[in-house]
Amino acid sequence: MRYNALEILKQGLTGNKGWTPAWRDPDPKPEYDIVIVGGGGHGLATAYYLSNKFGFQNIAVVEKGWIGSGNVGRNTTLIRSNYLLEGNQPFYELSMQLWEGLEQDFNYNAMVSQRGILNLYHSDAQRDAFARRGNAMHLTGSGGVLLDEAQIRKKCPYLDFDNARFPIKGALWQPRGGTVRHDAVAWGFARGADQKGVDILQNCEVTGFQIDDGVCKAVETSRGIIRAKKIAVCVAGSSGRVMSMAGMRLPIESHVLQAFVSEGLKPTIPGVITFGAGHFYVSQSDKGGLVFGGDIDGYNSYAQRGNLPVVEDVCEGGMAILPMIGRARLLRMWGGLMDMSMDGSPFIDRTHIKGLYFNGGWCYGGFKATPASGYCYAHLLAKDVPHPVATQLRLDRFRRGAPIDEKGAGPQPNLH
Amino acid sequence: MIIHHPLLGPRDAAEFVYLGDASLIERPDGLAENAEDTMYEYVYLRDNPAGLHRELWYHEQGDRSWLVVTRNTVTHEITAVELARDVACDKGRSK
Repeated sequence: MRYNALEILKQGLTGNKGWTPAWRDPDPKPEYDIVIVGGGGHGLATAYYLSNKFGFQNIAVVEKGWIGSGNVGRNTTLIRSNYLLEGNQPFYELSMQLWEGLEQDFNYNAMVSQRGILNLYHSDAQRDAFARRGNAMHLTGSGGVLLDEAQIRKKCPYLDFDNARFPIKGALWQPRGGTVRHDAVAWGFARGADQKGVDILQNCEVTGFQIDDGVCKAVETSRGIIRAKKIAVCVAGSSGRVMSMAGMRLPIESHVLQAFVSEGLKPTIPGVITFGAGHFYVSQSDKGGLVFGGDIDGYNSYAQRGNLPVVEDVCEGGMAILPMIGRARLLRMWGGLMDMSMDGSPFIDRTHIKGLYFNGGWCYGGFKATPASGYCYAHLLAKDVPHPVATQLRLDRFRRGAPIDEKGAGPQPNLH
Repeated sequence: MIIHHPLLGPRDAAEFVYLGDASLIERPDGLAENAEDTMYEYVYLRDNPAGLHRELWYHEQGDRSWLVVTRNTVTHEITAVELARDVACDKGRSK
């Protein structure tokens, strides 16, 4: 069924009885061409692009719980393409372009809202760094505007411009940044893939890989053994856990990142605002809640919940630029698992095991990358060569001495 | 999280800085034949287990000792805390 205005009218006049489930609930087949492990945003996007752009039909997505139960439903929904380095920025720009056409493409309302992202700067040195970043963004056509204090005062008069420690001096603004309704991204990709015959197998946990002579031939799951020519792991957050079943150690640690939502407020924050001197970012959801977050907790964790010191740190960051949020009450907070890689950048690559592919290491920036991650992973799976914008996102880059370290923090995952 | 420091008793984890897997104590010989491989694995690859994890914490806001904490990464429960110095000495190192 195609969603459109006429269909809504028709269904409305007939008691809304004709709507059908957005995807099927099939039983696993014994064999597929490609099995994607992980029914999150990236896995479903991979299935969508494989089936819709690369002509593959015989595909399954296996998911331990229900689709979208992991990080695609836990993030703070931001999209942006304001990276610096060559290995990253073209990739994130592709992602932004895919976001821009996504809803028409998969015929689903994902509420892509490009309200702009404002990265505040607080010192001369930071202004210079942002000017450099803005120039890097222009090289990929991503657009970026360096705003001075007066321009921000007009846009966001409620910021604490004269903060004694971190006065706001200006910002790098990317007008194309914004937010997307994250659950709808998972559902839209799932529906689009399902319509092309992709089997989405929920409650189907991978319990092992069958590897013979360095060739991965099947996945063992809680719903039986499924053979496949190619097995594509896409489980960021749990990559360490899943890849250890294939005997692999990764340049990744799993960490917990917390996110927060305030009570619903009247419209106040137009786009996304980030603090330049601490780690804090905030946007306002369509329901009015302020959605915000900050640093990861900083220790290995698979617990999907964090601790209070980081809650305090994030709220202090918020108070430093937006004193008015001290009047708002915190409604909800939760944690998600992050694949923190050794340089803060992700991987989309083959492994040394034939037929086994790996996508992960998204740190806490995976959501904005969802469409490009799916597209580039699909490209790799279909053609066995990396997509041009993902050529540097390789597993062996540390051995080659070619990390993509945006922050220049070195191989210390909790600092990225 | 509360870390039971072997010398100072229960301390808030916020007083500590986290480094990572306790295997980082065992730095390989950088001049050995196979140093390129062993250093690569030492610096970049991690076991990253879901469950018990031995890890290094530095008591920066306290006595500046390094601790080896055994913690469950699924529940955050801490089951053992040792001085990293003792762990290293047990492995035959001088300090």
